[in-house]
Parts: sequence; structure tokens; C-alpha cells
Amino acid sequence: MRFITLTILLLATTISAQDETLSNSIERGKLLYEDFCVRCHMPDGKGQKGIIPPIAKSDFLFKHMEESIKALKFGGIDGEIIVNGVKYNSRMEKMGLYDDEIADIMNYTLNSWGNKYDKIIKEDYVKSLKK
Amino acid sequence: MKKNISIYFTILIIMFNFSCGQEPNDKNEIIVTDELNYEMELVFENDGIIWGLEFLNDNSILATLKSGSIIHFKEGVKKELKGVPEIYLRGQGGLLDIAIHPNFEKNKFIYLSYASEDIEGKGGNTTISRAILNGDTLEELEVLYKGTPDSRKGQHFGGRMEFDNENYLFFSIGDRGNRNVNPQDITIDGGKIYRIKDDGTIPKDNPFYNDGNAKKAIYSYGHRNPQGMFKHPVSGKIWTNEHGPRGGDEINIIEKGKNYGWPKITYGINYSGTTITKNKSLPNMEQPLYYWIPSIAPSSFEYISSEIYPNWKGSLLAGALVFKYIERIVLEDDIVVSRSKIAENLGRPRDIKQGPDGYIYVSIENKGVYKIMPNK
Repeated sequence: MRFITLTILLLATTISAQDETLSNSIERGKLLYEDFCVRCHMPDGKGQKGIIPPIAKSDFLFKHMEESIKALKFGGIDGEIIVNGVKYNSRMEKMGLYDDEIADIMNYTLNSWGNKYDKIIKEDYVKSLKK
Repeated sequence: MKKNISIYFTILIIMFNFSCGQEPNDKNEIIVTDELNYEMELVFENDGIIWGLEFLNDNSILATLKSGSIIHFKEGVKKELKGVPEIYLRGQGGLLDIAIHPNFEKNKFIYLSYASEDIEGKGGNTTISRAILNGDTLEELEVLYKGTPDSRKGQHFGGRMEFDNENYLFFSIGDRGNRNVNPQDITIDGGKIYRIKDDGTIPKDNPFYNDGNAKKAIYSYGHRNPQGMFKHPVSGKIWTNEHGPRGGDEINIIEKGKNYGWPKITYGINYSGTTITKNKSLPNMEQPLYYWIPSIAPSSFEYISSEIYPNWKGSLLAGALVFKYIERIVLEDDIVVSRSKIAENLGRPRDIKQGPDGYIYVSIENKGVYKIMPNK
């Protein structure tokens, strides 16, 4: 019994620590989004149809997450992409963001405007991505 | 069911009106017509953002890439300049504009604007440098002005440069994403138009030269992010356009020591739709010559003095980044009377310049450099 209580307690602490990490990251990501992304992708994450792809409820983002993170890290995606059935072909410039900032922006966008993602994107993972 | 639908539509209409109501009203709107009788001719293809264009007397082109390199395009061949300074690539910052000295033929002076970082990780600010162009190499690079403090903010570096008739160099630094501090404080850089001599020294008759703690290079203040600039060929004055927030892009004629009001007065609102200020005018703050609602996002500004284009002489060109066209603006007695679209949907026009051959050249993001050809 005691063991179970301890386990539950431990588990609860881990979960809440993780929650806190995620919510802090989301908070930082929001500020970064407002600095680096909002002008094109808009405050509601809907982009500009046919010109700038949406991030809000974007099928591309969830289907090609690694490619999306690489686009932030190395500057855009070459060629045409289709997001929610609409074609886009305007390459995003490299923003000069640090890996931890990219993780924060990802965590914010993956959990905003109806998006939901149950894992945290971490700095180490962003760091490990190669062109 | 029918009733439900009509209620649904009523709600939709209310929502629509509500969201329109959030746009800045008081529209300064002139219907934008389509320009005819021209063609866009590709001069050279190039990926990335060509932020600044300049011409040498042989009509060869110098083009700065925001990512940090300079192309010299001559007789169909692209070469990369050597000796380009290290830049700070961050958000809207990078390698920005390029200008040649009015006496370039004699002194070979090239001026560059770019973001630079003094301590790694601490951010950057707008920097103006001068170098000597020897063949395809920049030599003796010297920093003439560096905005302070460095900031990791990715916004509003300004960066356009223009010489006036007295060989003074005018340049802009945007508010660096710190609008509540920088633009209205003349002891801090950012949100200003500056005037320096061609060697970087500060003219003694600059408006705040004798003002204790002021940044003495400041010529005017209260700007948001001016990224279009030309010298008016008749008056010799410096004209700028600047990015507003949501709505409220402006055209201004730059006057010595004047306050252009940002963010105390503006015709725009926040991106989120909230109010920045209710004030559109206040005493001792300049009104723009024109303001755009909605924003076109102008990052270039040029005066057409060329005779090549029938009826275009004396009008202005501004690239609309957000709408992907070039706007031709016609003025009568410094009042905007008409606007028309050129090169719609070709891409985002970043810089526009009239070449020594009288033709208008435009850099389009991720496409390259184009020349506007009048139809015969």
C-alpha cells in the first residue's frame, strides 16, 4: 500500500513537472511567435490562404513535423507544399532562432488554435536535426 | 430548420461586421487600378531575398542578399563580392541595403547597412559601414554607425540608406520591437532617421547636436520601421515610407528634428486587433503625407524621373510585400490622387530602383531581379 502511494506520488510529481515545463515552454513560445512569426502566419495561426500556409489545424504540420521543425531551423521548405488542400510555394527565410527557441515555438503552435500534441518538443531534439 | 439557418446567417453577419469593425476605420482609400502597357523582363534569377539594389556607372548591378552575400551582376555574369562583413541573421535582420557614394567614380566608396552582433548570444542592431570596392572585393571596411543596445528581438531594423544633394547619408533604424521605449526617446537608438557625413562624422547642424544626452546622428524620430527611401529630385528632400502595425503604413517627407509620432499617434492597430492609441494626431507630431489602410507592407520607395515610361514620370513606386505587387502612386501638390498595380502576383517586391539607364529595376523575393519594360 505504502509502495503504491509512493508510486502514485512520484508519478504525479513527474507529470506535474512535465506539465510545468510544457506550459513554460508554451509561454516563451507565444512571445517568440509574436516576434518572429505573427506577421505572416497571423495572430490566429491561419496564415494567408494561398500565400502563407496555416499552422492552426494544419494537416501538414502534424504529418511532416520533422520537416516543419527543419524549416524553422534551416529556413523554409523547397518547392510546393499542400496544406489542408491548398498549394503553397513561398519559401520561408531562415529566422536565426536558437534551438531552444524553436522548441518553444513548436510547443506553442502545437498547442494553440485548436492544435493539440501530447509530447514536448525539446531543445536536444531540435539540435539533433540535420539538414 | 429554415429558421435556424437564418439565425445562423444573422450570427455570421454580426460576426463579420464585428470583425470588420475591428479594422481601423477612417480609410484613406483610393481604389487601386491595374497598370497596363508594360512587361516584366527577367534580368537574372536568384533565390532568397535581394534586399538592396544599387547600380554602377557601367549599369552593372550590385545586389545584397539578406542572408549575407553581395552579387555583382555584369554583362550576364554573376560574381560574389569578397570582404562582406559578418552579419547577424535574426528575424527581419541580416544584410540589408547597399549604396554607392555620389562620387563613387573617384573614391570607390560603398555603403552597407546590416544587423551586427557585438557579443555572441546578446542580439544585434543596425549597423552602417563603408568600404572601398576594388574589383570585386570590399576593402578597408569601417563601421560608421552602430545602433545600441543590441537586442535579440527580430523586428524592425529599418536599414534603408540614401544620399542627399550635400552628400550626407540618411539611413533608418526601426523601433527594434521596443515601441514603448525607443521611438520617442532621442537618447536611445531605434525608430529614427539619421543623418551622417560620408565619413561617418556627425554634421554640427544636426537637430540634436547640442542636446546633452541625445544621439547626435538623429535627424527625425517617432518612426516605426522605415524601409523605403528616396531623394526627391526637385526639392532634394528625403522621402520615406514605413511599415505601420495593422494598417497605418505611412509616407513621410523627412524634416529636421521633427517627431513623426509613433507610437503616440498612428492610423493602425495591433496585429491582434486591439488598440495602440486612440490618437491619430497630437500637437508637435507630424501627420503622414499619406497612410495605407490596409497595410501594404512597403519595403521600397522610388521616384520615377525617367522619360522612358509614358505618363509615369514624377510618380512614386512602392513595393507591397503583403499583396505582391508594386504600387505606382501619383501625386498632385503632395497629395496622393491615384494608385495602380504593377507586376501583380509575380512575388514579394523587396527593392525598387531606377537604373542609370532610366529603366526601373525590381528585386522579387525568391525570383530575382526584373526590369520594367514599357510596351511600344
